Amino acid sequence: MSSRERILGRVRRALADAPSEDTPIERAYLREHGDRSVEETVELLAENLADYRAIVHRCTAADLPATLAGMLAARGSKTVLVPPGLERSWLAEADSEQVPDRVESTPHELDRIDSVVTACAVAVAETGTIVLDGGPDQGRRRITLVPDHHICVVRVPDQVVSSVPQALERLDPARPLTWISGPSATSDIELDRVEGVHGPRTLEVVLVDTQASLEVNS
Amino acid sequence: MSGTFVGMPAFPEAAHEAVGNRTLRANLRHATHTIRAKREKAVAEVSDWAELREAGKQIKDHTLRHLDRYLVQLEESVVAAGGTVHWAADADEANEIVTKLVKMTGESEVVKVKSMATQEIGLNEALEAEGIRAYETDLAELIVQLGKDRPSHILVPAIHRNRGEIRDIFAREMSEWGRPAPEGLTDTPAELAEAARLHLREKFLRAKVGISGANFMVADTGTLVVVESEGNGRMCLTLPETLISVVGIEKIVPTWQDLEVFLQTLPRSSTAERMNPYTSMWTGTRDGRAGEGDGPQNFHLVLLDNGRSDTLADEVGRQALRCIRCSACLNVCPVYERAGGHAYGSVYPGPIGAILSPQLRGTASEIDASLPYASSLCGACYEVCPVAIDIPEVLVHLRERIVEGGPVVREGNKVVLKPAKGHAAERAAMRAARWAFSHPGALRTGQRLASRTRRLHPRSLPGPGKAWSGTRDLPAVPAEPFRDWWQRTNGGKEGGK
Repeated sequence: MSSRERILGRVRRALADAPSEDTPIERAYLREHGDRSVEETVELLAENLADYRAIVHRCTAADLPATLAGMLAARGSKTVLVPPGLERSWLAEADSEQVPDRVESTPHELDRIDSVVTACAVAVAETGTIVLDGGPDQGRRRITLVPDHHICVVRVPDQVVSSVPQALERLDPARPLTWISGPSATSDIELDRVEGVHGPRTLEVVLVDTQASLEVNS
Repeated sequence: MSGTFVGMPAFPEAAHEAVGNRTLRANLRHATHTIRAKREKAVAEVSDWAELREAGKQIKDHTLRHLDRYLVQLEESVVAAGGTVHWAADADEANEIVTKLVKMTGESEVVKVKSMATQEIGLNEALEAEGIRAYETDLAELIVQLGKDRPSHILVPAIHRNRGEIRDIFAREMSEWGRPAPEGLTDTPAELAEAARLHLREKFLRAKVGISGANFMVADTGTLVVVESEGNGRMCLTLPETLISVVGIEKIVPTWQDLEVFLQTLPRSSTAERMNPYTSMWTGTRDGRAGEGDGPQNFHLVLLDNGRSDTLADEVGRQALRCIRCSACLNVCPVYERAGGHAYGSVYPGPIGAILSPQLRGTASEIDASLPYASSLCGACYEVCPVAIDIPEVLVHLRERIVEGGPVVREGNKVVLKPAKGHAAERAAMRAARWAFSHPGALRTGQRLASRTRRLHPRSLPGPGKAWSGTRDLPAVPAEPFRDWWQRTNGGKEGGK
């Protein structure tokens, strides 16, 4: 008998006494916590990101290229990793050398790059989380992991949800997903929080206001 | 990790020794009190905690009740996404499977994400015996591994070490395993973390094989979830070409939507955060789904039983399988706080360990038979549990099983346990009580006799009860038995004294 059959057999025998009728699971919990306007939700996202020591910037779509260029310059980044589908215009004003991510690039090559700029799939206000789903403007999971500086652009308010349940509804489980809440951290030494153990030590999030630009354009 | 739990003394002996260690007690007290206070704050932030807790309990109970069905469904989903599924009935089989898989890659070293399941089966030792070096990459696990120590907490395995001890371990041992610690390393947490970053990054960048556990497996999508803080998990799950995940069969949730409950309760209960810094979710291999070229090409899932189906057979005890390993129960437990994790003689310490280990391993050893007694039954563990495991109920149930014996399931077979040795006095007392309560006349006479002789009662018990009464006051016998008082005063209506 294979171990598969053995384990399944044991499980079935163990459950022989269990009642077969099923009561539906009571999901009496909230879909989101609190009653907020769209603007307040974005504000909460900014607050919670900052609370976990991400550096938060806000700008309009028109100002985004200048904002990103300024951030890279301030950090002194000579090289910046670019996912294949990142909006071209975003880095139009940046002086750093742009390195496209290629499937062949080794972890050691990625380790020598100063910064990475990505978009995101969704951001969760209540927990201060950005979620990447490996889409063309976010790239592979490793590019936001190996370099020490990650800049993530969140389109507000479209990409912002209030809560974890709302975020899961928007995501596709078939994609590789990375949820990021602040920079890497550990509390293993006397429960003192230290940032940046293995992932990027600096996480900067740019909340770019797409609605404002729409209004300006129209 | 070279420490082993085999041949551990029973809990009272191990705890006795630990309680005498002042550094350990100070480290533990600081850690548990800090995290306890933080957790209360994190939980208070969400107004629907009670509802989330109830839903988590129901989802897990539902999953366990149909575990066979969900296991088969999970297998189908993982295979459809390009993964391979292996089944391991016990620790030896799981170790054999993983060793074979690593050997097939031709590699002799692996990087590991912190995982309770691989610790439970002693995977590192098994790999080492076959010439494969496993590097722990979680900072706390690294401290434990370099210190040739054993983990003592589910979430913070090196909780028993303070920064000075960690500095010494790094300075002394890092060179044995790879990049040495920087010259003049001090004991500030930031410097220690930096030393670990440099030491481990070398290993991450060259690793070809990663080994992990998983916090959750989603049956309907085949998605695995790892929740972590440091990024070492992301490194191990993303960079290697081959990923092997060893996961207990109880870690399933039926649907993608179910994650919405646990991703809210787990971080707040364990690290007391709104959300942990990193959560990775992957479905099969990079070729089996969207996200071309992302992550390992080969993915193996090893489904581990190792006593879980036996635990499932116990109507009262099976609720222990709801556990999501948050470790909140450890941090509130007055016994854990003083005795520390090592005294429990298992990778699962604290209240959850006291009910999980004797069920997973059986109660044949001295340490496992003593674990259900490693509690004051104060109930704090039940209060904080995010999936509402009634740990005190299971403790009492297991105590009864140990004292009385009775039918249990071991390795899938029904066996009848003999009453444990060393509980003769307790059993005799219970038998006497049973007889007395079923003979009202004798009980009445006995009670009257006890009341009349109350001035002659000793302050401590003789014989086997001596140790018990050495630390406790004996209850005072009233001047008059209750039923005499009831009769004399007509139930209190006629006053009297």
